Amino acid sequence: MRRRDFVQLTGLGLGGLMLPLGANSNPVSLEALLDSPLLASQKKVLADVALNTAKGLGATYTDVRIGRYLNQFISTRENKVQNIVNTESFGVGVRVIAKGTWGFAATNDVTPDGIKKATERAVAIAKANSKFQKEPVKLAPVQGYGEVTWNTPIQKNSFEVPVSEKVDLLLRTNSGALKNGASFANSNLFQVNEQKYFASSDGSYIDQDVHRIWPTFTVSVIDRASGKFKSRDAMSAPMGMGYEYLVPKNEDKLSGPAGMVLYRNSYDIVEDASIAAKQAKEMITAKSVEPGKYDLVLEPNHLGLTIHESIGHPLELDRILGYEANYAGTSFASIDKLKSGTFNYGSKQINIFADKTQVGSLGAVGYDDEGVKCKRWDLIKDGILVNFEAIRDQVHILGQNESHGCCYAQSWNDVQFQRMPNVSLAPGKDPYSSEQMIKAVEKGIYIAGRGSYSIDQQRYNFQFGGTTFYEIKNGQITGMLNDVAYQSNTQEFWNSCVKVCDEKDYRMFGSFFDGKGQPSQVSAVSHGSSTSRFNAVNVINTGRTI
Amino acid sequence: MILLTKDEAYTLMKKVLAYSKADECEVNLSGTNSSNVRYARNAVSTSGTVSQYQLVVSSAFGKKSGIATINEFDDASLEKVVRRSEELAQLAPENPEYVSILGPQTYAEPVTYVQATAAITPKMRADAVAQSLQVAKDSKAVAAGFLEDNNGFSAMMNSKGLFAYNTSTNTNFSVTVRTEDSKGSGYATRGYNDVTRLNTKSATQIAAEKAVKSATAKAIEPGKYTVILEPAAAAVLLENIFFNMDARQADEGRSFLSKAGGTTRLGEKLVDERVTIYSDPLNPDLPTSTWNGDGRPQEKITWIEKGVIKNLTYSRYWAEKKGVKAIPGPDAAIMEGGTKTLEELIAGTKKGVLVTRLWYIRTVDPQSLLLTGLTRDGTFYIENGKIQYPIKNFRFNESPVIMLNNLEELGKVERTVSVESNVNYLLPPMKIRDFTFSSLSDAV
Repeated sequence: MRRRDFVQLTGLGLGGLMLPLGANSNPVSLEALLDSPLLASQKKVLADVALNTAKGLGATYTDVRIGRYLNQFISTRENKVQNIVNTESFGVGVRVIAKGTWGFAATNDVTPDGIKKATERAVAIAKANSKFQKEPVKLAPVQGYGEVTWNTPIQKNSFEVPVSEKVDLLLRTNSGALKNGASFANSNLFQVNEQKYFASSDGSYIDQDVHRIWPTFTVSVIDRASGKFKSRDAMSAPMGMGYEYLVPKNEDKLSGPAGMVLYRNSYDIVEDASIAAKQAKEMITAKSVEPGKYDLVLEPNHLGLTIHESIGHPLELDRILGYEANYAGTSFASIDKLKSGTFNYGSKQINIFADKTQVGSLGAVGYDDEGVKCKRWDLIKDGILVNFEAIRDQVHILGQNESHGCCYAQSWNDVQFQRMPNVSLAPGKDPYSSEQMIKAVEKGIYIAGRGSYSIDQQRYNFQFGGTTFYEIKNGQITGMLNDVAYQSNTQEFWNSCVKVCDEKDYRMFGSFFDGKGQPSQVSAVSHGSSTSRFNAVNVINTGRTI
Repeated sequence: MILLTKDEAYTLMKKVLAYSKADECEVNLSGTNSSNVRYARNAVSTSGTVSQYQLVVSSAFGKKSGIATINEFDDASLEKVVRRSEELAQLAPENPEYVSILGPQTYAEPVTYVQATAAITPKMRADAVAQSLQVAKDSKAVAAGFLEDNNGFSAMMNSKGLFAYNTSTNTNFSVTVRTEDSKGSGYATRGYNDVTRLNTKSATQIAAEKAVKSATAKAIEPGKYTVILEPAAAAVLLENIFFNMDARQADEGRSFLSKAGGTTRLGEKLVDERVTIYSDPLNPDLPTSTWNGDGRPQEKITWIEKGVIKNLTYSRYWAEKKGVKAIPGPDAAIMEGGTKTLEELIAGTKKGVLVTRLWYIRTVDPQSLLLTGLTRDGTFYIENGKIQYPIKNFRFNESPVIMLNNLEELGKVERTVSVESNVNYLLPPMKIRDFTFSSLSDAV
């Protein structure tokens, strides 16, 4: 992820987190976020200008995306509101195939004339670039769906909730942390609404309203005497939901070890911040881990990032083919390995599926950004690699004739390309709880939440930290640990999985700002899993003194 | 798109301020043209151009402030954006940390604009990429790369009489060359304000040579090694020091610069005495803006002198609270080096590892600034002053603070680009002892 393209939201607590504001994203008033500037019928008229213009200029395929992208970000620290940012970005992107080559142009002049000019530019670019083309673009067929709509099934539009109510919740979160011993507390709320209209020369006119939300915080405890400081981040997950995610329900709470509370489809941010403060305090004096081999019990809000980095990314077909070689890298998961039908990605416990329809997930939409109806498909079955993630212009390379429907652009002015769908680990079929899992471990570590993460450019070697670590000895949690990170190799790691908890433990982790491409684009994606056990993983001690 | 001149920007912003009814009003105006070409598998994959103007208006009533933005410049739009920022300010909660805007400032004349870069044409871009692709084809290798250039202006004016204006150009190029059998990979990156200094052919030749020479790498045991970090590898480690020089974090006890007892390391020797790091907006090899986003002058500042922490960065609020000068964070950093070339550093190394580039850098522990990541695109074993053979990539766990205490030797400074942040630096290649490689990677 390129820092230059991002605005750093706060210097504190969110160290690595950068806030993307699209190139044409403008701060707007609160009321403006609730306006609806164009009806679907008006957008259809505008889209037809692009489709007809391109056809007249010899394009063999055209799609047009009229997009309105709304964001609201609220950041606070202790008893202060640091920032409230409302942004809107509105414009149109036109993509064509002419002379067998892609061309793309975008404009924020959403008028028939503006769209016509952008379309002419897109066709001209395609024709100019065709001389570099080795073979013409080949699209997997897609059905024209006519005029259809899809909306994220939200219960409460977060943009309609008064800012004062959201600010109050964040300040109560900080106050809960401070009362429980935190030295500092930063909390943030990100809300996204993508109003996307897609039309293509295949005969689709798709109107979609997509919502995402991410409440999060960092609670820090400073021990002035020793000079030590420790932080604990929120156990929330960014979700494809409305404000209902922030209305806690008891049935969504799970009890974790050592008094932890874990959350499923709704989140109690004030409760979590209070627990976080106590845990951060405990971290100051917790013992430093003894390096060595441990059985790891990884809860979903931690395991999701490991799935993301070591399965989600290596199975992207464009990366495998070398299109990301100069930036995100390539992949160890070759087409040969897939075609062999015998590549043991993981143990028999490992069933990994991609699913762009999962309710509540960040990646859920009805149709992707090239008009393909979204679906679920298997990536790894009983440990064997069975498929990749591919879109219309590349899926034929796998000998398949249907796109997987995972094409996405972060905005109207960015060209759409292959992005990771939601990639999840299926829960175990036999009833099995995380308590049972911990009881069965002799020497292990329970890891919750996301931490430091790093993986090589072909996705073999990785190192992950976490938010909180607990030592397991003879089936009992014996106390908190510090300085834990585990290192492994993708195939070895997934083959060391001996057990996955059942569906009662299943919940989603999310990545809100996943970066890919040059210029870099972000996308949001979820990863579901149940708590899982991995045997004899190499744990290192990361404690150093400077 | 044509950029506004200093006079045109001045006139436009004066007009905007005339609409203001707030206690304080500040206007930022910018315009940029940026273009890029991306290629992979020895063919162009995408290319694009974006031109845009943006006007940002901040209004404040007491300690309540609001910001609004617009990209239309007729009178009605200019008035609308001012009114909107005022409405948002009235609705905003009071910010106790709000600091009143600055009065008139004096800035040095910037040297960031080079006409040749602003005048780059689509054909020049295509030719530059074609030269890179030709090298890959001649080497029977596969190239993926990215070339981007931009030119723009930024200006600022406020109701207390401050006015600032700057123009700049920049070009960044990076290329990864892989052998056809994917057993070798090499990389090079270049950044300049002046595009005439960019030679995509020679950069790609270096990447291609590294690709060919790094094929059939041997595995050696992880452990502590003497390393020679090329500037591109050093950049992604050292910038974690530059990004964490904030005084408030240090004072609050949550920085690698915080100390037991509640004090900070300001004024203390933290790294080897041969380490001097500064920023200078007028350096001809790495010019940057002479003012920052809130109107403070960017001056030559020494951050680390002979190993001692000399200055920290301050927000205006924190500086006022602490009664010190509010030094803004720099746009780039420069580290003093020595006189030896990379080849001479290698020649003087008995046993060691040459690192072309590091990848996927993440903070493991903010307290010690421990970082992890991996070597990539050309890692070689050195013995008796010569590169002996390519070696498999390593994961490292190392703190740049510890690393700069284990300094053996510095080479000649050159301009480089961080692949993590895209920020440009002037850094020397550096020889470091006891650099911690903790595991092997099969990645090429």
